Amino acid sequence: MNVITPTENKWIGARTVRPDGADKVTGRAAYAADTTMPGMIWGKVLRSPHAHAIIKSIDTSKAEALPGVKAVVTAKDIVDFPVDKSVMLGIQDMRWMCRNVMAREKALFHGHPIAAVAATTEATAAEACKLIEVEYEVLPHVIEIEDAIKPDAPILHDFLKHEGKPSNIAGTMVAKLGDIEQGFAEADVVIERTFRTRPVHQGYIEPQACTVSYAPDGRATIWSSSQGQFMVRAMTSLLTGVPQSNIRAIPAEIGGGFGAKTIIYLEPVALLLSKKSGRPVKMVMSRDEVMRATGPTSGSFSTVKIGAKKDGTIVAAQGTFYLQAGCLPGSPLRGPVGCSFAPYAIPHVLSVGYDVVSNRSKVAAYRAPGAPLGAYATECVLDELAEKLGIDPLELRHRNSAKTGMKAAYGATFNQVTFEETIEAIQNHEHYKSPLEKNPRPGIKRGRGVASGFWYNAGGESSAQVNLTEDGNVVVTTGHPDVGGSRASIANVTAELLGVEHDRVSVIIGDTASIGFSNLTGGSRVTFASAMVVTQSVEKVIGQLKERAAKIWKIDPEAVIYENGACRPAGPNAGQFPPLALKDLAAKANETGGPIGAGVQLNTQGADPGFATHVVDVEVDVDLGIVRVLRYTAAQDVGRALHPSYVEGQIQGGVVQGIGWALSEEYLYDRQGRLDNANFLDYRMPVCSDVPMIEAVVLEIPNPRHPQGVKGVGEAPIVPPLAAIANAVYDALGRRFYSLPMSPPKVTEVMDMKLAAE
Amino acid sequence: MTEIRYLAPRTLEDAVSAFAAAQGAASGTARILAGGTDLLVQMRAGVVQPGTIIDIKKIEEVTAITEQPDGSFVIGAAVSGATLHDHPRFGKVWPGVLEAVNLIGSKQVQGRASPGGNLCNASPAGDSVPAMIAAGAVVTVQGPNGRRTLPVEKVPAGPGRTTLTPGEILVSFTLPARPAGSGDAYLRMIPRTEMDIAVVGCGVNLTMAGGKVTAARVGLGAVAPVPLLVEDAAKALIGSTLDEAALEAAAAACRAACNPINDKRGTIAYRTKVAGVLLKRTAAIAAERAGRK
Repeated sequence: MNVITPTENKWIGARTVRPDGADKVTGRAAYAADTTMPGMIWGKVLRSPHAHAIIKSIDTSKAEALPGVKAVVTAKDIVDFPVDKSVMLGIQDMRWMCRNVMAREKALFHGHPIAAVAATTEATAAEACKLIEVEYEVLPHVIEIEDAIKPDAPILHDFLKHEGKPSNIAGTMVAKLGDIEQGFAEADVVIERTFRTRPVHQGYIEPQACTVSYAPDGRATIWSSSQGQFMVRAMTSLLTGVPQSNIRAIPAEIGGGFGAKTIIYLEPVALLLSKKSGRPVKMVMSRDEVMRATGPTSGSFSTVKIGAKKDGTIVAAQGTFYLQAGCLPGSPLRGPVGCSFAPYAIPHVLSVGYDVVSNRSKVAAYRAPGAPLGAYATECVLDELAEKLGIDPLELRHRNSAKTGMKAAYGATFNQVTFEETIEAIQNHEHYKSPLEKNPRPGIKRGRGVASGFWYNAGGESSAQVNLTEDGNVVVTTGHPDVGGSRASIANVTAELLGVEHDRVSVIIGDTASIGFSNLTGGSRVTFASAMVVTQSVEKVIGQLKERAAKIWKIDPEAVIYENGACRPAGPNAGQFPPLALKDLAAKANETGGPIGAGVQLNTQGADPGFATHVVDVEVDVDLGIVRVLRYTAAQDVGRALHPSYVEGQIQGGVVQGIGWALSEEYLYDRQGRLDNANFLDYRMPVCSDVPMIEAVVLEIPNPRHPQGVKGVGEAPIVPPLAAIANAVYDALGRRFYSLPMSPPKVTEVMDMKLAAE
Repeated sequence: MTEIRYLAPRTLEDAVSAFAAAQGAASGTARILAGGTDLLVQMRAGVVQPGTIIDIKKIEEVTAITEQPDGSFVIGAAVSGATLHDHPRFGKVWPGVLEAVNLIGSKQVQGRASPGGNLCNASPAGDSVPAMIAAGAVVTVQGPNGRRTLPVEKVPAGPGRTTLTPGEILVSFTLPARPAGSGDAYLRMIPRTEMDIAVVGCGVNLTMAGGKVTAARVGLGAVAPVPLLVEDAAKALIGSTLDEAALEAAAAACRAACNPINDKRGTIAYRTKVAGVLLKRTAAIAAERAGRK
């Protein structure tokens, strides 16, 4: 496990054709909604019409009497997890998951599932939902953080207490270093600002969907779209009481997840409907349901205060981050609390997060959960600080970079810090060096901004199996849904290590019955972890090949080497034999001892954090308030790019999502607490023509604790864009924006205020 | 499941009588299908559940584009944006109307979407309507009591409502002959570059002679319950050289005409401000096209 492969590889680093590419571009790829079965019926969810209400009674008798209706389920069919005892599955608390999947005591947001129906047609199921009679006692609701933390706010959960009193603050998280008061006392310059961000949705194209077949012998099969079939199995098991060994979860191709598909909504409901009806049940969310009832990430209300010496040495940093959890606890406090100051060597840090519930859909993970909104606040304050100190903003970051061996406020000691390299990559880039014409035409202003970002990255559980086929080819099975090209990367690694042509390697994703436990695709962990277990599996396979060759040659296996896809005698002393290629040995597998293949299961360790530094040029149409991104360059240390196209794709994708977050995406609620823009027209994600080609500057500083040097890639690139764009808009307009998105009405309002003030 | 009756008559007379009969029947509403890019979406979303759909695309008159000997154009109500785009002459005479029609939906939607549907859908934000208003288009409608014509701005009655009477079907738009020195333009404000809906739309149609505006019409969309003809803006432009004072007066007239709502797509203040901004920008393009003579 100490072989960092040299850079002159044949396959590692090659832009090979992705294994899933042809199926995806020709429409053959099977997504969750493509599954159909004989006898299959359709499930539909009845959702709360109120933002906050006590459910006094549910009468399903009329729905059950409707011809074609085969089953109805309500919260009483879901396993109850009492609120006084936490049951964790990964980072999810089942007390909240069971109440999110189906409202229990109260409806907590507009769109909260109340009941579900399975019927012979979708239309019948929808009609039956309307026949369910629910008696509600409507309660006052609360949507925004500032309102939810007021002393007289409507309380969502009596059992949640903060400072001894019922509260919508569900929890806190603290990270600290040194003595914050001492730190600010040492500072010559202190800047403190308050920032707001809106909840934004992950915006995957494929809505949640599943088909579940529960057989009379008590065994269930689930076909669904998720970021982890083992998560689907475990969570469904906990919520339905069916043992994990009786559930087979089969991952479909996934049409985007970005973190949101690390929890489930439909699978346990469909399983219970299938169990009651005796028929396979299919459920597919509409876009409206996706937007209304699946997790966006938190909106936030943050204050960041940073103090520095005149020479630019940062001595103290304090952050207070209030995050929307949605209707049940669990916002990603770890993102802003831990990541905001992590790239910097700051002796005195106090970072506090508050988890705030309100009558919104429960948040779900979204790419570097919570980190972008923390970096937005921190990196904007750093920009102001640099301006006040008269120091170039990148130089300020460079001077204060964390160093290898340093302890971060969140607790870890860094093995390898490559932040300075990302800053230097931007400083030396033609984009940063080239002049920007700030007033190109009347009414048009341009500006440039920079920002940096940090993400933890992760290792964790992964399993792989590498088998040789009888015809001498290779099949690799992993346990991770492929969200960003991981199969292509694994194919490159396998071909490289085995010395075979890339097209002789197939990489498939196993279901829960065919491969060992593998944790979620998330945390920027999959390529890191699965390359590690695949490497070890391949090493075992190579060991077997050497043994087989040794057996044929009747020499000691120690005297056999494997290179360029064949076994050879290690030297003249080992004997004179022509090489035995992988293909030859596969053909002789049975006569030399049986099938050749090996699997490895590990809790992988050694993930190093990701650092990113970005520069962006924007153009503002001042009278219309439209901000357009003209040019964007993103530098990131990725360790080793196993497949550069998908490394670049991850960086570009993260940036685009950050652009949407900064400029146009937001959840809008009406006075009744109903989401007002639950569609892709009014929830404005950037379209292709809204963004320039984003240049990814891929730095490869190998991770010494990974066989190929891999570091996680996917999340760090969404961390800097919010602040980078805000800083660029400031450069263009001379006006700082302390809330996102910087949408046209907000930009014109601020500019009109500026005009009035002048 | 509700049953839907689909009819595709070949004559207007058949269409009108079927439409009137279906509207009179108790079995629910009847809807006219042109391109269907609004109707089918609304049906899928459960917003409308028509009992009868009358497809008018098999009727020759509503799918024809005719340049009359006097220079006027007659555009069938169901002509698609793509068809209008490919017409050899129309875009040269009415570039502003064409660009407005071509902004209805994406490329794919353009293969179906029609100006007639855009008008009768009666969205305050329909792109083609302010340009048609600026052009001075007159629509022909046919109903159980025969034919009538009315200015295009008289068709919308409010969001989702028109002034057409039961059984009446929109047949065509007639755009008047162009005097020399004429030009039109349409601009809309959308937050994105594509795949969006107008927050404000502005159509301007000018005729110029000797550097002065001799005739002008201004249409505004998405700033009131219906698209507006802004006569005060036109008055401010007529007789001017499109100097800054005249443009500002016209912009002020546009702002004064606005009666928008605060909604997810824009605020009252923003829409009002942008109406003035777009007037100036649209007028500049129209003047350029008019040759500023």
